[in-house]
Amino acid sequence: MLRFAPWRVASIIALVIVAALLVVPSFLTPGALAGLQSVLPSFLPARAIVLGLDLQGGAHVLLEVDSPSVTKSQVEALRDDVRGKLREGRISIAGGIALQPKGVQVRIADPAERAKAVELLSSLNQPIGNAIMGPSGHTLDVKDAGDGTVQVALTDAAIADKVRRAVSQSIEVLRRRVDALGTTEPNIQQQGSDRVLVEVPGLQDTTRLKEILGTTAKLEFRLVADPGDPPNEVENLPEQQGGTIPVQKRVMVEGEDLIDAQNAFDQNGQPDVNFRFNLRGGQRFGQVTSENVGRLFAIVLDGKVISAPRILGPITGGSGQITGNFTVEQADNLAVLLRAGALPAKLTIVEERTVGPGLGQDSIDAGKRAALVGGAAVVIYMLATYGIFGVFADLALGVHILFIFASMALLGATLTLPGIAGVVFTIGMAVDSNVLIYERIREEAHLGRSVISALDAGFRRAFATIVDSNVTMFVAAVILYLFGSGPVRGFAVSLGLGILTSIVTAVTMTRMMIALWYRYQRPTKLPI
Amino acid sequence: MKRLRLAPENTKFGFMRFRRVSYPLSATLSIFSVLMFFFVGMNFGIDFSGGTQVLLRAKSGVADIAALRTSAESLGLGAVEVQRIGPESDAVVRVGVQPGGEAGQQNAVGLMRRAFGNDYEFREVDQVGPRVSGELVQKGTLGIVVSIIAVLTYLWFRFEWQFAVGAIIGTMHDLLLTVGFFCVTQLEFNSASIAAILTIVGYSLNETVVVLDRIREVMRKYKRLSTAEIVDMSVNAVLPRTIMTATTVFLALLALFFLGGEVIRSFSAAMIWGIFVATYSSIFICSPMLIYLGVRHDVFDKAETAESAQTSAGARAKV
Repeated sequence: MLRFAPWRVASIIALVIVAALLVVPSFLTPGALAGLQSVLPSFLPARAIVLGLDLQGGAHVLLEVDSPSVTKSQVEALRDDVRGKLREGRISIAGGIALQPKGVQVRIADPAERAKAVELLSSLNQPIGNAIMGPSGHTLDVKDAGDGTVQVALTDAAIADKVRRAVSQSIEVLRRRVDALGTTEPNIQQQGSDRVLVEVPGLQDTTRLKEILGTTAKLEFRLVADPGDPPNEVENLPEQQGGTIPVQKRVMVEGEDLIDAQNAFDQNGQPDVNFRFNLRGGQRFGQVTSENVGRLFAIVLDGKVISAPRILGPITGGSGQITGNFTVEQADNLAVLLRAGALPAKLTIVEERTVGPGLGQDSIDAGKRAALVGGAAVVIYMLATYGIFGVFADLALGVHILFIFASMALLGATLTLPGIAGVVFTIGMAVDSNVLIYERIREEAHLGRSVISALDAGFRRAFATIVDSNVTMFVAAVILYLFGSGPVRGFAVSLGLGILTSIVTAVTMTRMMIALWYRYQRPTKLPI
Repeated sequence: MKRLRLAPENTKFGFMRFRRVSYPLSATLSIFSVLMFFFVGMNFGIDFSGGTQVLLRAKSGVADIAALRTSAESLGLGAVEVQRIGPESDAVVRVGVQPGGEAGQQNAVGLMRRAFGNDYEFREVDQVGPRVSGELVQKGTLGIVVSIIAVLTYLWFRFEWQFAVGAIIGTMHDLLLTVGFFCVTQLEFNSASIAAILTIVGYSLNETVVVLDRIREVMRKYKRLSTAEIVDMSVNAVLPRTIMTATTVFLALLALFFLGGEVIRSFSAAMIWGIFVATYSSIFICSPMLIYLGVRHDVFDKAETAESAQTSAGARAKV
């Protein structure tokens, strides 16, 4: 063991230098880092370690797509399709189309036509899949229920697919919305099957963020009902100022035809929102307004009437204003929401965590202090116990810490407060491998072995134990990463990386140092 | 230079004799922990209980706990918990899950911001809805169960089954006593506590593996000795290492406990406790277990098969 090839020494030293270079960016100011990045070629990573929200301060909001309502509207759309298909095939039905939690049921008036109805409705069935994997299922199960009815059920795959698409659409919309707030580097990502995580570093008061995130922003222009309208085409909607107003169910123009919205002020100095339609929306809006001069039209946002102005004349320019007793901030929010578009489904906030910059900085300071003091205590203790071998262990410990941070920078892992705790804990654990080796060397020496043979046996015999004992710890770290959430995952990351690097440093590096020491000192007696 | 040695050299303690004390003691403590868990319970943080918790710092002077309580109680958010935490200027206000589903929770945050915003800086706001907290409980429990199964599987492959049984009894013992620790101290039990428990499980097994490794080695070498003698010999042999490592980890954790800040104090406290319990159980619980499980024959058989396999492999290589 004490022959250590020069190329191995060289490669270990090279590894340490690379690790040191990887850590350098984390100690630069943002300005200096940007300067460095512009100088370096792009394949060389110059990344600072990402600090978790618990250290840099900021807001974390977890939203959940309301899957039942997604499925409900999916079932309603299915009902319309079924009705259309049956009408197309001139099949008459007895009674209405019954909605079920995951499908619809329809009674066919003429039993002889049931088979035809099943065949016809089966044409609604579509394959599900993606470009890479190919079709993986289909959307509908159509079957003759036997009691004179035909059942059309959505498959679980179809429901999951719809929710998945709602989530990815939501992420796009939320990204546009949060970007409009002008915050730095928000992080928006999917979590689980039906959740979206929004993280905004540096944000303090989440009131506005939550308003922006939690609003569906489905905008509709509809006519206010006349007394003469058929009652089943009219619904009463709440007004923003209170009370309700009867509004036609038919939507004239929808928010998706908007191409721009800006907050502004009307002639009375009241905040309002100016908007512009695309070509289709503009034409449609012009047509409806010219046919209905003198009537009221309602501007409906998420099922609530914001305002119901009278149509004074045809509006053909493709633009207009929404007024509604807004404050400046409300008008601004509405403009942001309309520009970013509506969410495909309602989102509910299920978790919120905000850390102020004061606490974040305090945590960084406390973590640093604990790491320095804890590290110093371990270093001194090792030194006092093992002398020159303690120096080797301490050097290996320094490299171990360097390697943890370097691998975090390389992997783009996030450093959190529990992550710092994990580093401090691994400082205590990393020297365990050294201790196992050294104690074994002592034992072997006590058995009367020569220096070289004691060193050799110590390393050899301790190694199996080191691997076994670290595997158990590593398994715990991996599982914590899989099942943990938020900052706790940071602990799992630093613990897991720490175990891996400590095996390298405490075994390989220590061995190298002892080998070199032995070669130059030629000791006749072990110093431990 | 005189070296520091915490562990005396070449000890010959009769650790196994202590099992007549340690087993009843540990059994009592374990039962006590279970009883505490069911009758007193843990102080679940909002990660698991759901609700809203804000950490406040007075913009000037000292946090007025009484005034905070009165004003928090007037918000109509149900039972309110107000406590001083860390420096005099800091307080934590906590309310439970509000009625009205997820939207009800949002309301609570807004109300608190309005009520305390003038006099206090909001250092931290945590609001966990009932669904998320339920999932965190599930995931936390599952994580602990899966980790134990995974590590057990590893031990079972690596050692004889008796060792795995000993290790698992030791780990369960450490788990129970850590739960008991949380019940007695009423330290907040949150996501970080799950991390602490998993780390304790890892550390406990780490300790156990080191002792068991040595027992197996000694067992193969000294076939004449009784199991108790072998275990005693092995525990004594690894004792300096056990004490060294427990001390270095303890030093690091001590720094974390005193200097790491309020946020991870309960985490550090649980870990410190765990280190002691794990060290104790690896010596006094897991190892004596082997005396009862009749491990010797299996180890000898395996050792002999391994040897004969080696010889035959060597023989074949020569041919």
